[in-house]
Amino acid sequence: MIPSAFDYTRATSVEEAVKLLQAAGGEAKLLAGGHSLLPMMKIKLTSPGKLIDIGRIKELSGIRKEGNRLVVGALTTHRQVAADPLVRKYAPVLAEAASQIGDIQVRNRGTVGGNLAHADPASDLPAVALALEAEFEVQGPDGKETLDAGGFFLGPLITALPENSILTSVSFAIPPEGAKSTYLKYPHPASGYAVVGVAAVVSTGPDGMVNDARIGITGVADTAYRAEEAERALVGKKLSEQTILEVAALASEGQEMASDLFASAEYRRHLTRVYTIRALKRLLI
Amino acid sequence: METGKVNVTVTVNGVRRSAMVEPRMLLVHFLRDGLGLVGTHIGCDTSQCGACTVLLDGEAVKSCTVLAVQADGSDVTTVEGLGDMENLHPVQEGFWEKHGLQCGFCTPGVMMTAVGLLKQNLNPTEEEIREGLEGVLCRCTGYQNIVRAVQYAAARMSESEGHREVAAAGDDSGEGGR
Repeated sequence: MIPSAFDYTRATSVEEAVKLLQAAGGEAKLLAGGHSLLPMMKIKLTSPGKLIDIGRIKELSGIRKEGNRLVVGALTTHRQVAADPLVRKYAPVLAEAASQIGDIQVRNRGTVGGNLAHADPASDLPAVALALEAEFEVQGPDGKETLDAGGFFLGPLITALPENSILTSVSFAIPPEGAKSTYLKYPHPASGYAVVGVAAVVSTGPDGMVNDARIGITGVADTAYRAEEAERALVGKKLSEQTILEVAALASEGQEMASDLFASAEYRRHLTRVYTIRALKRLLI
Repeated sequence: METGKVNVTVTVNGVRRSAMVEPRMLLVHFLRDGLGLVGTHIGCDTSQCGACTVLLDGEAVKSCTVLAVQADGSDVTTVEGLGDMENLHPVQEGFWEKHGLQCGFCTPGVMMTAVGLLKQNLNPTEEEIREGLEGVLCRCTGYQNIVRAVQYAAARMSESEGHREVAAAGDDSGEGGR
């Protein structure tokens, strides 16, 4: 399968890429690793007239710690994230999720920025971005701005990324010392995408009670979401099997579950509860 | 739609190759149709089966999901560049010794994936090998022997790596053990 014909331009800087986007008048798509875009172009789900390749803009790659946040360049690959010592130390849940995306070949090419900007509702990283209260640094014709993960994912493949803007980096909040976290998913057996994926970050105070809980859930609804009801129910309680059973029942509260050939909405609601239980139980140890 | 062709230069198996291609040309077609390197197979064409896996700058990638223009300026290794009958790559030798193939269709991609895996992890556990081969499908379901073949290759490669280290250590002591 071959994509429809398109014009190709390789941008050497973010500024140039923004100008190219403006000049294309909405006809262009950005190409980074291409592992979300090219498969869609091959089956003609999308046929952009122009591709602007940002894959070689060096400053968009790399991982650094800035205060209590980890800043991951948009072009950093999943493989780099999964293996990075800073990520493994300060935000292990991000490395855990990155190591479960696709397979080795996909992780060698797929990028963090491409993945999040593509906003596939079954993608793994959005759950982690929500649980680690990510901030998206974007650059457009009017300069730079920062968008919160909470308002970024608007629908399937739809984000709050402004027109003619480029996601340049994503910063993840480093959980407080002693916080426990995990990412657990039920992968679709063919595609590897999450039928359900649960990212949980839980902190406990000196009194043994949960003082902060963030749970990001992907794969089951139109977009990844924070399970706020479950989070609220967890705070102030001791993390125990009984508490987990109670709060997990709230994990799909207020969410409309997606339905497809593989999993009905009812099944997805069930999976959401079960995988929230399993994810939180991992934090008991 | 009229689109301009672009020049692409890729070093394939150590040889610099240039061509004017349509931007939409996939790397796998550049290799197969452009260069006649048909050892790289097309299986599913939906980024799942891994039959088209090659090394791009040393990393295993699915060449059906990379545009030829994205590989411009890079090094590509295909199965043709791994070894030959007189001098098999340890992974090829492993597939030979452990009967790591049945119909053989997935084999080039599996071998390139294994080479990429062993570059990242020279001493993988069986579980790591199985996880590492997640991106390749064998429709003969001959996975047991594929895993054995990769284990064989890993042992051979770490053996020769060990020899190199011993030789290097010997050199050091020859220089006065600094």
